[in-house]
Amino acid sequence: MAATQIIFWFLSVLALVSALMVILSKSPVYSVLWLIALFFAISGHYILLNAQFLAIVNMIVYAGAIMVLFLFVIMLMNLNNETEPQKNLWIQLTGAISGGCLLMLLISLIKQATEIHGKRLIFENGTIGLIENLGKSLFNEFVIPFEISSVLFLSAMVGAVVIGKK
Amino acid sequence: MNILVIDWLIFAEKLVLIAVIIFSSLGVALYTTFAERKVAAILQDRPGPNRAGPFGLLQPLADGVKLFTKEEIIPNAANKFLFILGPGLAMTAALMTCAVVPWGNKLELFGRTIALQIADINIGILYVFAVVSMGVYGIMIGGWASNNKFSLMAALRGASQAISYELAMGMSLISLLFLTGSLSLKTIVEQQINNSHFWNIIYQPVGFIIFFICALAECNRTPFDLPEAENELNFGYHQEYSSMKLGFYLFSEYINMFISSAIMATMFFGGYDMPFVDESKFDPNIAAIIGIVALMVKVVIFIFVFMWIRWTIPRFRYDQLMDLGWKKLLPLALANMLITAFFILLQSNPIKF
Repeated sequence: MAATQIIFWFLSVLALVSALMVILSKSPVYSVLWLIALFFAISGHYILLNAQFLAIVNMIVYAGAIMVLFLFVIMLMNLNNETEPQKNLWIQLTGAISGGCLLMLLISLIKQATEIHGKRLIFENGTIGLIENLGKSLFNEFVIPFEISSVLFLSAMVGAVVIGKK
Repeated sequence: MNILVIDWLIFAEKLVLIAVIIFSSLGVALYTTFAERKVAAILQDRPGPNRAGPFGLLQPLADGVKLFTKEEIIPNAANKFLFILGPGLAMTAALMTCAVVPWGNKLELFGRTIALQIADINIGILYVFAVVSMGVYGIMIGGWASNNKFSLMAALRGASQAISYELAMGMSLISLLFLTGSLSLKTIVEQQINNSHFWNIIYQPVGFIIFFICALAECNRTPFDLPEAENELNFGYHQEYSSMKLGFYLFSEYINMFISSAIMATMFFGGYDMPFVDESKFDPNIAAIIGIVALMVKVVIFIFVFMWIRWTIPRFRYDQLMDLGWKKLLPLALANMLITAFFILLQSNPIKF
């Protein structure tokens, strides 16, 4: 087993465990902290695929900014076990079943997808994730989708400011 | 069975390098606390700490022993695990940044070339950003877990301040990155060492000033030390902390100061470049040592400026802080970015008049 494989298994286990703990932990603050751990694990996977830019942006944007805001809101609302209304068993069961159905659906779709059949992951020496190649393909091949998504972001920002002013 | 295929020599080399850098950052932070008290004393025209050892030089050790031997108190209502995790996170985030700073060029020992940088990754500066944004969690978690309203207020202030100033910081850096065309700190330093190129401060003075102000805010230094504003929030996020956990918080602030000075020196002031000297003429080992000394001198100057500001300028009010971040620094950084982009475009496509 090479070092890459050991790291891969470690990160996968970490990602799955922390994803489960996000749902299972009682206190919302712990959920947020597990979610941060999950983002770290996923960033680790990106690094294994040599997509360093993606890994670090995932950390800056999700773990560094969005999760801080989540934590912010949860701390302000001060959701503790005592004050939070406990959902009854039936609702939990329904949630578990519908979530399980969605998972089945996704797995069967991925298994059927012809695009990924016979493809293998390129560890360590893929170059598409490096910032230079990424920038070139974003600004040459995908200029129009890129610019349209930036307009989308702008409108979201304007919307946030308008709501904030009210 | 051979489980791990690793070049053990490189492994050992990096391990030694990491140990040396972390211990020297801790040592520098230790003596920065002493320097802070001395600088404060000089600015306020009093002798400062002068009892322990010659010139009071053993004062930081005495402080450390004091912190270690104090009683460790965990409040009953606190969340125990997070209460302990908070200072640990603050310290880890502070120390992690030093991985990408090039502390010098290459050393040649025992027939091996050792680069004086833990990792030269091609996204160096973004890595610094990621770790800096992690630093907020130490304050937030510590403040929340103390279960104290003042601590919580301070934690929220700290988080919102860090998020607000990160934006302007990133914008000011983008204009620098336009010029360098590389995110690797090593490449940025090498460009500045090149004789035909000046230090980046010449090209990006406005960017540097914005970056410097934001660095003050990110390190929670006066005039931006609202998270620990003692006259409104008692002691801020570390009010419930005692003993070495408090020490960790105080220490991580000084380490942050040290590392951010190193980053500023690297990006805007040539890093380990000694001005007016051509290092390539010397023996590589001597050149490396000269480089480390040059970087350290720059860092010490920056740390002194940090302290000078702390003991000169009073604290901002909270709305003034937000005003400065969002309404002054961010537009200024955006304008700086657009102007830089315009000139770079002009340089690459010259217009004929």
